[in-house]
Amino acid sequence: MRLMSMAQTGRQLKDRKNSNLLLALAVLLSVILIIPPFSLAQTAAAAENGSEIIAIVGARIVPVTGPVIDSGSILIKDGRIAGLGTSISIPAGARVIEAKGLIAYPGMIDSYSWLGLEEISGVRATVDNRETGRINPQVKAIEALHYDSMHIPIARANGIVAAVVAPSGGLISGQSTLVKLDGWTNREMVIKESLAMVIELPALRRSRGEFSGLSRQQPQISTEKVLDELRQIFEKTRMYEKRKEAAQKSILLPPPDFDEASYFLLPVVKGELPVIFSVHADKDILQTIKFVQEEKIRAIFYGVEQGFKVAREIKQAGLPCIIGSLYSLPPVGEDGYDALFLNPVILNEAGVKIAFSSSSASAAKDLPYHAAKAAAFGLKPEEALKAVTIYPAEIFGVDKLMGSLKPGKLANIVLTDGDLLELGTKIQKVFIEGKEVSLENRYTVLLEKFEQRDKRE
Amino acid sequence: MRKKIKKTGLLISFLILFLSSATWLLASGNLLIKNATILTVTGGVIPRGDVLVINGLIEQVGQNLTAPADVRIIDAAGKYLMPGIIDTHTHIALSGTNEGTDAVTPEVNMAEVINADDTSILTALSGGVTMVHTMHGSANVIGGTNVVLKLKWGQPSEQLVVKEAYPTLKFALGENVKQSNWPLLPGRPQRYPATRLGANALIRSELIKAKDYMAAWDRYEQLKKSENPPADLLPPRKDLRLETLAGLLRGQLIARCHAYVATEMIEFLNLSKEFGFKIGAFEHAWEAYKIADELKAAGVGISVFADSWAYKMEAAEGIAYNAAYCTKKGILVSINSDSGERIRRLFNEAGKTVKYGLTQDEALRLITINAAKQLGVDHLVGSIEAGKQADLALFSRHPMSAYTRCEMTIIEGEVYFDREALLKERAAASAKKGGLS
Repeated sequence: MRLMSMAQTGRQLKDRKNSNLLLALAVLLSVILIIPPFSLAQTAAAAENGSEIIAIVGARIVPVTGPVIDSGSILIKDGRIAGLGTSISIPAGARVIEAKGLIAYPGMIDSYSWLGLEEISGVRATVDNRETGRINPQVKAIEALHYDSMHIPIARANGIVAAVVAPSGGLISGQSTLVKLDGWTNREMVIKESLAMVIELPALRRSRGEFSGLSRQQPQISTEKVLDELRQIFEKTRMYEKRKEAAQKSILLPPPDFDEASYFLLPVVKGELPVIFSVHADKDILQTIKFVQEEKIRAIFYGVEQGFKVAREIKQAGLPCIIGSLYSLPPVGEDGYDALFLNPVILNEAGVKIAFSSSSASAAKDLPYHAAKAAAFGLKPEEALKAVTIYPAEIFGVDKLMGSLKPGKLANIVLTDGDLLELGTKIQKVFIEGKEVSLENRYTVLLEKFEQRDKRE
Repeated sequence: MRKKIKKTGLLISFLILFLSSATWLLASGNLLIKNATILTVTGGVIPRGDVLVINGLIEQVGQNLTAPADVRIIDAAGKYLMPGIIDTHTHIALSGTNEGTDAVTPEVNMAEVINADDTSILTALSGGVTMVHTMHGSANVIGGTNVVLKLKWGQPSEQLVVKEAYPTLKFALGENVKQSNWPLLPGRPQRYPATRLGANALIRSELIKAKDYMAAWDRYEQLKKSENPPADLLPPRKDLRLETLAGLLRGQLIARCHAYVATEMIEFLNLSKEFGFKIGAFEHAWEAYKIADELKAAGVGISVFADSWAYKMEAAEGIAYNAAYCTKKGILVSINSDSGERIRRLFNEAGKTVKYGLTQDEALRLITINAAKQLGVDHLVGSIEAGKQADLALFSRHPMSAYTRCEMTIIEGEVYFDREALLKERAAASAKKGGLS
């Protein structure tokens, strides 16, 4: 960087060779004085905006979509992966990071979280993830996202680089967003501003585990009725659009009055905006598949606790599944104490595309542990890793940008001292779009503050 | 209808499996576990080691052990054997948690409301947990007395009680006793105390009352024994509330205090000095790292979460380094679940502390020997040593790994959870179901 600045300055001087000597000397003098701080500032700026050239050298590389490289290099340029492999030539001026003994993974993607919408769950003033009322397609997660949430740097320090942030509650909860976990404002974080509409179908009320003898309690409203209601809402949306179009064609037809739900559901019925359906019981999943096909909408399932019972049908419908938190007891006792752990294993084996989620804000950092839990119950470790990297990228249509280490993709890279999903692994460095992000967070700040007590005389 | 019967049948078969696995060895409590990596906790790691259990006690720990005739042999090659997990703070296996109508209820006793049929016991067993300190809730400043149980599913509640454990009395401070997170309903007066000031003052006043009560009894006993007792001498009125607190002041009970912020812990330490009672541990203790020196000096341990935090204001400075940092400062730390769900992954919670500075061996202690010490039962359980009770948990991989799974849980040589047997039972049930339809 400094060399480049010198060259540029040299050219500038050349242009001015006709100026009088005194002025040239003055310029030269000032340049000599100014260059060091100026170039430092420029380096810092490059580091901040991701334009720094970085070479990670000697790491074990787990690209996820390609074979593992025992010892190789990754070149980061203009925020992207410029090269990756065993014979990468490192350009002069690149910042070299010696990564011998470390492992490079693509950064993880949390497929369902409340990051930035919930700070302290018990303090209402800090909770923005649940609007009142049942039909809220107009609310957008991005517009309330607290970019400076204390939970974001903690998740980042655990290797998570992007997250779906979803509103919840009611029937139509609102519009989720896909963000990177870096940015000075909520808008700077955006990957996909409006990712998917969230629709919550009736929950399974929990019975008390495999051994309880309690059978499943019926939800208060049947899913059938709820889907009927949605059919009517979608139909109304289509009519609203037709009336608007007709009014545009003929001055004799008055346009319809503004209808909030129809207005914001239009991209959904047009098949432009997918829907994340929070759906749980096997029968409800089947009904929802039918609904999605009849209504011709794009859908992603979330929760799917009994998906294992209808894995073949989900696969046939080609619908991806975001697995809900595994920090939960199975909602249906008879399914077995390990039903939630086996569910992703069975779905994956049936060929369903799965992605794990934290379903949390304060425990978003635990995303890798959900994946590892499924691996403990039979999910292949490579598949567990894919389900927090490339599979979510594919589900959300950003696999050209992220989800694996591949030349051309954004440089979302995590350097670890061990297996990415393992509890004891320490994350050494995180790069988001080519920028090395700080791993400082509320945990480290408070620890360092109180460690000062030990340093007293 | 038919389906319902089938489902119920399946469930019953699971129950029978658990019961039968418990009864197989009910009379004996004899086992030889072979070829496991044995994490003894107090005596290092034995690769390809064996543990011989006779009459519910660990008879021998070593290599190439042989079993007497008729002793069941479990081949645990490739698996990891650790001491049964001890949860120092739960509310499972109880038919009630809080007597929350009054801020002071030390007269209530959790040992009187044990629910041996609570299926949370099975959930806990499926995660290698063999012993719990099941406690009064945190709705009141002075709650009830707690009880330590072994999770011997299928046995009557009396058989579950660990009589050797410390008798403990629950205290609680902060937001729960202030009722800060409850809506203020019109017409319902706020309960005293509504501040941390009030909570501390209430404890002090109750303890002064208890001292007066003790003095009144001492005076009575003294007069009764005197040469000329007054003719109208009457004993003071028995007060079960003050009796319990007197027990605390006499050292017959130790305090377990739910506390989050540093100040309330410091002030409870001061109360313990002022009145001379013993604190077993602070529960949750999210800000313990801020006052590690004071806790160390007072010799008071903590029973904490690994990282469950930010669910209320007083948990907003609960850093995941807490357990590791306090351990390094020489404080006795255990990791608890406080949940009928988290209890089955307590080993994962302990494993998380490795990221924040502990070794796997140190992390393992948080849910075994440290927990046993906090409950006063480390002479009986908490490590794999000859002479101790054979409470054991077998894992597919190192229990501090995220990729591990509990395979078997044993209490006093009896198998209470056996995943392999459960899977066989499931396969049989499903084959039967397939055959019918």
